[in-house]
Amino acid sequence: MSEALLTLTDVRAVLHSRHQSQSLLNGVSFSIAKGEALGLVGESGSGKSLTTRAVTRMLDPAFEVSGSISFDGAEVLSMGPAELRNYRSRDIGMIFQDPRAHVNPVHTVGDFLTEELVRNRGLAREEVEQRAITLLDEVGVRYPERRLTQYPHELSGGMLQRVMIASVLLAEPRLILADEPTTALDVTAQSDVMAILDEQRRARGLSLLFITHDLELAAACCERLAVMYAGEIVEQGAHVYESPRHPYTIELLGARPSIDQRLERLPVLQYNRDIHEQLKAEA
Amino acid sequence: MGSYLLRRLGGLLLVLLVTSFIVFGLMYLAPGSPLAFVLGPRGGTPEQVAAVTAQYHFDDPFFVRYFRWLGDIVQGDLGHSIVYRQDVSALMSGRIGTTAALVSLSAVLIAVAGVGFGTLAALKSRWVDTVVSTLAAIGLSTPSFVVGVALISVFGVGLGWFPTFGVGSGGFDTLVHLILPAIALSVASAAYLARITKAAVNEERGREHVQTATVRGLAAGVIVRRHVLRNALIPITTVMGLTVATLIAGAVVVENVFALDGLGSLLVRAILQRDFAVVQAVILVLVVAFVVVNAIVDFLYTIIDPRIALGSRQ
Repeated sequence: MSEALLTLTDVRAVLHSRHQSQSLLNGVSFSIAKGEALGLVGESGSGKSLTTRAVTRMLDPAFEVSGSISFDGAEVLSMGPAELRNYRSRDIGMIFQDPRAHVNPVHTVGDFLTEELVRNRGLAREEVEQRAITLLDEVGVRYPERRLTQYPHELSGGMLQRVMIASVLLAEPRLILADEPTTALDVTAQSDVMAILDEQRRARGLSLLFITHDLELAAACCERLAVMYAGEIVEQGAHVYESPRHPYTIELLGARPSIDQRLERLPVLQYNRDIHEQLKAEA
Repeated sequence: MGSYLLRRLGGLLLVLLVTSFIVFGLMYLAPGSPLAFVLGPRGGTPEQVAAVTAQYHFDDPFFVRYFRWLGDIVQGDLGHSIVYRQDVSALMSGRIGTTAALVSLSAVLIAVAGVGFGTLAALKSRWVDTVVSTLAAIGLSTPSFVVGVALISVFGVGLGWFPTFGVGSGGFDTLVHLILPAIALSVASAAYLARITKAAVNEERGREHVQTATVRGLAAGVIVRRHVLRNALIPITTVMGLTVATLIAGAVVVENVFALDGLGSLLVRAILQRDFAVVQAVILVLVVAFVVVNAIVDFLYTIIDPRIALGSRQ
């Protein structure tokens, strides 16, 4: 395996509220090599998004985070404000699930795209706009010049997600975090957007942390998969999709309905927290 | 744009027509008669009563009088004050400037103090929030005449920093004279706006697009200005517009406290003296101002929020 870009070691997140403490990430460890894509899969509430929030240091202050998140040798969890801003601005790029909510509706697409480079790196707006136009064209946005003067509500969800991808690529990060980037889009836009993200990432040799609950999609565009359950990674590696070993993964993969069979009832996972704890105790 | 302005103008005329009818009707129904004022407390001889009645057409039916008055107004004649024995337009032209200056100064104070303190309360420490919220609660619950009297006794009489009555001799002197009245007029509204601003800023701060801005590594100041305050302007503008409109009515009280010769004090005196023509004219002017302020706010929305098109019903 080539050199690791992002390494999480035993990352734990405990949410402290007034009456109780709840442990939501229980020792997450994985690493992503330079140019590698890792698919993080799991059911809702398993801690996938929480993991990206830990990596971007976007967790609410009520969380107590421990362990180590190392990006190219630098410890993310101990970064000071200036270092953190620099890391967020230059090293990582985040693509969110719902572009409609994640782009400020009162500024133009051009403002959104150019804002970061103009404000953080002191580039001229005209120069950034030229680069943005080229990028928009590359991610399949038609009439890119015109888009710059449009407002987010004038674009479709799929278009807006492409704009989001372009905004991330514009900053030339080394790692892209994509948190269910296609879930909020309609089905036809989903495959287009995913294909564009995959293509651009490979062309630029960027690392990707891809969060989804779509196992097939993750297997198709990631070299390795990591399966999360209850704030833990139960199984990870290149083998997961083809030959899963952990009972949860086996059951998860087995639960997918086949396209040629009509089912009266969809399968329900038998795996639960008790089995999970029991397995852990046995191991 | 053209059709929008036309529709807006049509709406204004309709509101004015309805208001004029209500104002005229209420004055007609109100007890007391201008006759008593014109003729003095002892009343007059039957001949005098008849003469005055004929002069002011007091005997004509309601609708005849209403439409005669409306016709005059359309032609630019606001009527004649029976108390001052002067044209109403002349009476008002001298006073409208005072009220406009008072309301404008108050609006500026409200905007600066309300948005400023509200933002501080939302973004700074809990301690600042507590202080601002407490002051806002006090400000909101203190009537403007109480604030006015307190300001006069402390800064006017006690410290002698500011004059306590009148509008001064124009220019900077007028500004100095209007500072205390403007503060008295703006305290409650500024407190209200501060609370609205605080809530709006807190809400906007939790939006997803602010997360995007944060994760892109933008500086905290840029995020607050471009993504929090900029978006919070929408509710702030709404409240600000309503506030300015109510200031016009609130000026009545403050003008009396500070002995300012504005539209408000003219209105109060005219009501007490049953000076019909003056009451009607002043109220119409206030209604026009109200509607115009609302139209301006509607127009500002389209600038602040690109999702709202001119004349749309969002």
